[in-house]
Amino acid sequence: MKEFGYQRVLDVPGAVALLGAEPDARYLGGGTNLVDLMKTGVERPGLLIDVRDLPLDRIEATEDGGLHIGATVTNSDLAAHPEVRRRYPALAQAVLAGASGQLRNMATVGGNLLQRTRCGYFTDTAKPCNKRVPGSGCPAIEGEHRNHAILGASAHCVATHPSDMGVALSAFDAVVTYETADGPGELPLSEFYLPVGDTPHLETALPAGALITGVTLPPAPVATVSRYRKVRERASYAFAIGSVAAALDVQDGTVRDVRLAFGAVASRPWRALTAERLLTGGPATAEAFAAAADAELAAAEALPDNGYKVTLMRNLVTAVLTELAEEAAR
Amino acid sequence: MTTMTGTPAVTGAVGTAHTRVEGVAKVTGAARYAGEIPYAELAHGWLVLSTVARGRIRSVGADAVLAMPGVLSVLHHGNAPRVDTDYVGLLGKPDPTLAVFQNDQVPYLGWPVALVVAETSEQAREAAEALVVEYDEEPHDIAFAAGRDGTYTPEDSAVEKGDVEAELAASAVVLDAEYTTPEEHHTMLEPHAAMARWEDGRLEVVDSNQGTMWVANELAKLFSLDPASVRVRSEHVGGGFGSKGIRAHQVCAVMAATALQRPVRVVLTRRQMFSLTGYRSPTAQRVRLGADADGRLRAFAHEAQNLTSTVHEFVEPSANVGRAMYASDAHHSVNRVVRLDVPTPTFMRAPGEAPGSFAMECALDELAEKCGVDPIALRVRNEPDAGPVSGLPFSSRNLLACFDEGARRFGWADRDPRPGVRREGRWLLGTGVAAASFPSGAGPSTAAVTAEADGTFTVRINAADIGTGARTALTQIAADALQVETGRVRTRIADSDFGPAWIAGGSMGTRSWAWAVTAAAKDLREQLALGGTVPPEGITVRSDTSEALATLAQKERYSFGAQFAEAAVDVTTGEVRVRRMLGIFAAGRIVNPLTARSQLIGGMTWGLSMALHEEAVRDAASGGHVGADLAGYHVAANADVPLIEADWVEDADADDPVGIKGVGEIGIVGAAAAIANAVWHATGVRHRHLPIRPDRVLLGGAVAPAGAEGPDA
Repeated sequence: MKEFGYQRVLDVPGAVALLGAEPDARYLGGGTNLVDLMKTGVERPGLLIDVRDLPLDRIEATEDGGLHIGATVTNSDLAAHPEVRRRYPALAQAVLAGASGQLRNMATVGGNLLQRTRCGYFTDTAKPCNKRVPGSGCPAIEGEHRNHAILGASAHCVATHPSDMGVALSAFDAVVTYETADGPGELPLSEFYLPVGDTPHLETALPAGALITGVTLPPAPVATVSRYRKVRERASYAFAIGSVAAALDVQDGTVRDVRLAFGAVASRPWRALTAERLLTGGPATAEAFAAAADAELAAAEALPDNGYKVTLMRNLVTAVLTELAEEAAR
Repeated sequence: MTTMTGTPAVTGAVGTAHTRVEGVAKVTGAARYAGEIPYAELAHGWLVLSTVARGRIRSVGADAVLAMPGVLSVLHHGNAPRVDTDYVGLLGKPDPTLAVFQNDQVPYLGWPVALVVAETSEQAREAAEALVVEYDEEPHDIAFAAGRDGTYTPEDSAVEKGDVEAELAASAVVLDAEYTTPEEHHTMLEPHAAMARWEDGRLEVVDSNQGTMWVANELAKLFSLDPASVRVRSEHVGGGFGSKGIRAHQVCAVMAATALQRPVRVVLTRRQMFSLTGYRSPTAQRVRLGADADGRLRAFAHEAQNLTSTVHEFVEPSANVGRAMYASDAHHSVNRVVRLDVPTPTFMRAPGEAPGSFAMECALDELAEKCGVDPIALRVRNEPDAGPVSGLPFSSRNLLACFDEGARRFGWADRDPRPGVRREGRWLLGTGVAAASFPSGAGPSTAAVTAEADGTFTVRINAADIGTGARTALTQIAADALQVETGRVRTRIADSDFGPAWIAGGSMGTRSWAWAVTAAAKDLREQLALGGTVPPEGITVRSDTSEALATLAQKERYSFGAQFAEAAVDVTTGEVRVRRMLGIFAAGRIVNPLTARSQLIGGMTWGLSMALHEEAVRDAASGGHVGADLAGYHVAANADVPLIEADWVEDADADDPVGIKGVGEIGIVGAAAAIANAVWHATGVRHRHLPIRPDRVLLGGAVAPAGAEGPDA
């Protein structure tokens, strides 16, 4: 494999400056995805800048009652944090639904957001892939796409985003904070991932050279009754074929507030705003939940082998919201 | 009797749980595997595989790569030494895939086109990935389907008794169903790795394989060497499952070591293994059963098809599985093959029986449903007195004892036969059952047992311990035959210099080796009983089982088993989770209950994996795999493996000196069928195509389940 440099950094400005000076460099968090991609030749950085020792490993309450999660907090620590479990249970559940214990001990919040698709064409340098080599084509559309996107894809790429954590963060309106050489910035998660269009290789709106420093969760009382449910081909250690992060506030049979986001259906965590709008103020019934799911999924464009995801997501939304409604009624 | 040191006679090691004799070495890391043993002056070879599925190599850009750091050599069809493939080896004529770099033809994607050798593994890999190979590409064809053009019937692959069509026409109940299984891979933990070097005029290979003599003999023939000048060792092996025989990497390592006159190691990556080390072919099977109203079989017909490469024939004998299983008036079974632009499949975890039993045992379950007969009762009704086709007697057949014991322990008697009527929250629950069988055999083997001057004993046998516990079992067997404690026996294995012995294959290893070890150890004990002192060099007695095996009477020799499974199915998401499995086996005398149970549970886990997870996917456009790694190719994870119990009934083989039959492969047989039958029992929907994926379950749905008022409905 290609020889590469490795450097550990201890402060954020130093990390950003180092990357600025080395266009061939990549930030290294837990390495649970980047190192795999280096082994297969998908990523060939000249320098790894190890950011795990940066002082970004805290989870702190914000003044307005939300939480700020440092970028180098590990998935394990995030899922175990009492305030995360109390205020945003679906987030803890989503993190625990991902990977394995060993991987969660290594993987970081910042890295999780930036992980790449597991599309088998993207990870194989012998095959064409518009995301890896722009303009080379997308063989998944005619080929193997059983676990590819049904929402927001394009004729250039039908890959999905693999993160579980991101789905829960999306439901709770997370904001990504970052640092560049020109100073700090922030991006709501809803604007963090770029539309696929004809540029699937451009994945995020982060400015060049930016380092993710954390994720801020605004206060969300609805999130205390929330659930993440992941459907996967085996019981652990598999990416979702469909997942839902949901939060529900029901009073007297009426939906007062609802959050809904889908995983494994699009190139980014899919916030189901259409369904949320339909549900808010309406009855908390299985019929209403299914109708809302149908409305959200009306935009779905299935390929020959992934149409089952439409049914799967409809069933999943209905089941999870019904469960939450029953919980609220207790 | 007393031994020379006057210790009282000891027996009873066989049948008693014994931890692995090399266990401490393995868990502490002291045990070294072929890919990690250091050698002075070791060079590293990295294979370059074709990126087209069919065509010719136009050019290999070796010059540019030779200028890269550390690169020593690039072997390809333009400069590699010639090898001889015109021979018949242990398992027949060699797969030409072995004969790397002999011509410019590319018969499939992933064919070896070059080996880059460098000072370090990293340099070799970087150069291999930079090597530009140009091809004249030709159209390829990888589309496997039952009866597609090009399908042929190999010689001796059909068996016929009576008139199947006439019996089907006369049957009150007929089942006619098609089943498929996908391409499956061995995916053992330890990748293939081999180091080759020339030492004092001999070729030495340190490898990870299932039989060192097998590999040594094939290398000698390929390179036209005196067999005595080739030594192959393989001390520890991290799994094989049929894939670790002679493969391209050993041949490449020998070529490079010869060309460079220094040690060369070639280690395969997981992805390379998917195209270079064999796999189980996908199968398409049709089973037709004709029965009287009470379930008595009149006709049994099993037609199976697999694919093979364009360069070598491999038959996955799925249709053979019924030939010794069920009595019927008429029987027809045939295996057919089609040649496509893919690598050659090979033996994998119960070749034939694993996919064949899935189709046959699901078909039996479907017939039981049609006849309104309990699935176990149906099997009892069709239990043969002798080989259903051959008429030969069984050496022993304790299948019904397995069902009896299994049914009792699983609670089968309480089962409501109706499908789709049990619900627990979002899960529909069901149970299923299937029979298992696997041939029991032994291959000629030699052994040497030495009484050392210090009162210990050394067993030398060219056995392979591929994780089975063979080394430990042989230690126990030798100890009993010598009538000493196991602690006084040292067992050395996996060195071709020890002489010929059967491979770790066909579930025949332990039985074959135990026979030879027992014979030598008993002879030695008799010699020692005559008295006298042991000289410093010890006393060695050798054995050879060739003659004894040749005189064995012709019988139907099989291990049997009964597989039970409980599955939970959520048809709204397609998730299937197995809750418990129970396997009861009649598999001869069990030498080491500890490791035998592990083998059986391991086999059942592979069956679970086959039922629900395993599937290698090929992309029609490229002809190659998509997701050829352990992230893309799913095997059961720990969380998928529920409460699994394996146990056995008394079944010592009277014709074997130790009573062994073999437990290597029986555990997987029937396991996938038991789970598929449980999924039907849960949902009322038959899933005839493996794996039973979520999308298939979701789209298949369930028959109007009772309890439709459940929380998720």
